[in-house]
Order: sequence, then C-alpha cells, then structure tokens
Amino acid sequence: MLADPSPPAAAIDPEPPPLAPIPYVVRSVTTETPDTVTLTIRPSATRRIATPRPGQFNMLYAFGVGESAISVSRATPEGELVHTVRRVGKVTNALAALTPGDTVGVRGPYGRGWPIAEARGGDVVVIAGGLGLPPLRPAVYAILSQRESFGRVEVIYGARSPKDLVYYDEIQTWRRRTDVRFQTTVDAAGRDWYGDVGVVTTRLPDARFDPPKTTAFVCGPEIMMTLSAKALADRGVPRDRIWVSMERNMKCAIGLCGHCQFGPSFVCRDGPVLRFSALEPFLAVKEV
Amino acid sequence: MSAAPPPDLVGEIANHPLFAGLDPKLVRSAASTAQEREFAAGDLLAREGTTADTLLLILRGKVALEVGAADRPTLTVQTVGPGEVVGWSWFVPPFRWRFDARAVKPTRAIVLNGPALRETLSRHPAWGFAFLVRFLPLIAERLENTRIQLLDIHAR
Ligand SMILES: Cc1cc2nc3c(=O)[nH]c(=O)nc-3n(C[C@H](O)[C@H](O)[C@H](O)COP(=O)(O)OP(=O)(O)OC[C@H]3O[C@@H](n4cnc5c(N)ncnc54)[C@H](O)[C@@H]3O)c2cc1C
Ligand code: FES
Repeated sequence: MLADPSPPAAAIDPEPPPLAPIPYVVRSVTTETPDTVTLTIRPSATRRIATPRPGQFNMLYAFGVGESAISVSRATPEGELVHTVRRVGKVTNALAALTPGDTVGVRGPYGRGWPIAEARGGDVVVIAGGLGLPPLRPAVYAILSQRESFGRVEVIYGARSPKDLVYYDEIQTWRRRTDVRFQTTVDAAGRDWYGDVGVVTTRLPDARFDPPKTTAFVCGPEIMMTLSAKALADRGVPRDRIWVSMERNMKCAIGLCGHCQFGPSFVCRDGPVLRFSALEPFLAVKEV
Repeated sequence: MSAAPPPDLVGEIANHPLFAGLDPKLVRSAASTAQEREFAAGDLLAREGTTADTLLLILRGKVALEVGAADRPTLTVQTVGPGEVVGWSWFVPPFRWRFDARAVKPTRAIVLNGPALRETLSRHPAWGFAFLVRFLPLIAERLENTRIQLLDIHAR
C-alpha cells in the first residue's frame, strides 16, 4: 500500500496554520507497545488543517490538560491524520487515553520536514530509532511512491527490545519489498527473537550505498541520532546531506516564545528537520 | 605439518574480511587445521565457561551471542553474520568462552583451530602483528557497541 506520497508543493494548502486548535474526532486507537499508541483522527466538521508534509508535526491538544508536539505519521488526502504517542507525562498520557469518538484539538502542520526532493538522483539511507519511525514513515512512503527517482534505498530501524518496535505488521510488509532494504535491530532480546541484535549503528556496514551521493534521514533519541550521523559521516556521507529531526519542548510552535531554541535555531520554525552539519557543534556527546 | 588444505577452504579463508590481504602462507597455515561446518538453527557453537579453542569465521547464517544468569532469562546482546567472526577467547588466557554462541538460523562457518593459530602467530611475529592489526579493531568495535548499549540510547 503506497497511500501517502508527499504532496507536490502546489497542492499544499497555502493557509497559515490555525492559532486555535481545530477539533478532530478519534476514529481508532491501536496499541503499539506497552507505552505507545497510534491514534487515527479525522476532522469533526468542515475545518481541517492543511495536508502535512513528511517530517512535519502538529500540536495535539488534550482538552483540559494541555498541548504536545506530535509528529505526523500519516496524512490522507481526505484529511485523516495518524499520530503515534508515547506516554511520558501529563499530556501524552491524556492523549494515549483517548478512545474512539473522543475529541482532540489539532493545530499545525508546523516546521520543515524531510527534504525529499533534495535526495533525488542519489541513494537514501533512513535510520530510525524507537519512536523516530513515525516521523520517518511518510518520508519512506514518499520515496517509495517515486521510487525511480532514487538510487538504493536502505532503511534501518532500531529499538531497545522487540516489544518496543512500532508498526510491526507494516515492517513485515516493507521487508518483503525488493526495491528497498529494510533492516531491523534491537539492543537486546530473548531467544524468541530471530532478527538482528546490536545497536542501530552495527547495521550500517551492511547497508549498500554510495556515500558521496547519499542523503540520510535520521530520527530518534538524540544520542542515537548523533552516533548514527557520525557513523554516516565516517563512512563518507557529506555532513550537509545528513538530516536529523530534533525534539525540544514546545509552547507556541510558531517561532515566538523561544521555548524550543537549540543553538541558533528555533526547532519549531527552522526544524524540526535540520542539517547535521549545522547541529554538530551543539550535539556534543562524550566519545564512547 | 599436516596435509595440504583443500583449495576451497584456503580460498574461503583468504576471502573472509579477517584474512583478506594477509600473507597467503598464513592463510594456508590457518587452513591446514581448519574445517568447514554447518550448524542447524538452535545449535550451540560455543558454551560459556568451557574451553575456547576455536575461532569461527561466519560464511552464511546468523549467530546470537548470549549471556545468561541462573535467575534471569538468557539475553542476546549481539548477532553476528556473514563476514564476521565469533570468538577471541581462544587468544586470551584463560582460554574460556565468555558467552554462549547459538545459531539463530542455519549457519555455515569455518572453524579455525585456536591453539594452532596461536602457535603459528607466535612463531611468525610479522604475521602475528598483521593479524592483530585486523583482529583488535573487531574487539574494540564490540567494546564500543557494548558501551553504546550501556548508554541505553533509547531512553529519553
Ligand atoms: C517536533 C517534535 C515531534 C514530536 N513527536 C512526537 C511523537 O510523534 N510522538 C510522541 O510521543 N512524542 C513526540 N514528541 C515529544 C512530545 O512532544 C513530548 O513527549 C510531550 O510534549 C511531553 O509532554 P507531557 O506533558 O506528556 O510530558 P511532560 O510532563 O511535559 O514531561 C514528562 C517527561 O518527559 C520529558 N519530555 C518532555 N518533552 C520531551 C521531549 N520533547 N523529548 C524528550 N523528553 C521529553 C520531560 O523532561 C519529563 O521528564 C515530539 C516533540 C517534538 C518537539
Ligand atoms: S515553540 Fe515557541 S518558539 Fe518554538
């Protein structure tokens, strides 16, 4: 199923994102892992947000509780949105507790997504760690929907353990495809896991791509992104062709409040997807 | 000196990333006491605590490196595939395996004789050095990966 290619630029709704949340209704809730659910929501009336591009995020408002930045994992032309939420605190717990028929507020889409057009003509390496897969999922579909425009496509997905993998059934479908190489790995596993075990960077030597002509999209916990980006750079991928998606606490999401500042960038306005070359000085990790 | 090793075995060892480009005489010497073996899924290639006298060059399949404790389930901490190796305990006293190695799927490997290889490398220091230049980075990489695992990079 290749339902969500990135919309051509001309099709993007030119309306600015709304300042007040638009009500959406929860259509379904899928349990992904013990602490993570996927919500499918659709507009409750005629108003809806513009169609998000791969890598953009929305502010989801749990009424009476608060708002959180959540990446768009899928967006249909009919206005349906898919978001995957991990419970970490007040708002995400409230969002993950929603049930079909409940209402949730949505404003967005915000931020700059994955520069898919820039990757055309070369190889693409996608590295996702844990909950980094949801924001990368629409990018993978966008690439697959214009498959002939790219060289080799390698996707590496890592999680802490098999029970932390999201979109398990979809991964199996991707793995069966012959035009994309999909590797999954976990940091540790029991004997009931027949896949690869090892941190996500251990799968990189197996990935086939031509480094100078490769664009990489990386999303996951910050240490994982830093180590992956460094491993890609060591392999010869130009640092300005390695893109990472940053997470910072957000309030306004429109570049006004400064809550999401990271180095010289406001993650909500200039990111969340940013070039590794620009971020590297701020992503210091002790040598391991 | 044992009989000349089968040319196929010499070729496969020479093509394995651990030995590729090393002195052909070292390759032939390693091959002279080596054998190729098939392991079924579930077979143990090494058992923690037992004498470690082999170095396995994986040609096909997948091997899980497992650690266990009596009071908790066995944990796979790494899988190893074609082009990779299992085992450095044959090189380091007290020559005992530090983990279990179990085939996760049907696996083909060249099993090198650890004591014989040690003896060859110590008799020919130039070969020994060249071999260590290949072998030490593998150990360093495993150590680094273990440290990354300890960082728990998926924790928020
Ligand atoms: C651009 C962007 C996209 C995001 N996409 C998703 C997504 O698709 N799915 C998802 O579940 N979450 C996503 N997040 C993270 C999500 O916004 C936060 O987890 C959420 O706002 C936490 O709110 P809370 O009230 O539940 O927790 P809080 O009560 O605010 O915090 C609980 C704990 O989580 C930590 N925390 C809070 N925010 C973050 C954060 N951004 N990163 C790391 N730790 C944090 C806090 O330090 C605290 O320890 C995204 C964040 C950004 C900036
Ligand atoms: S969240 Fe207010 S500036 Fe980014």
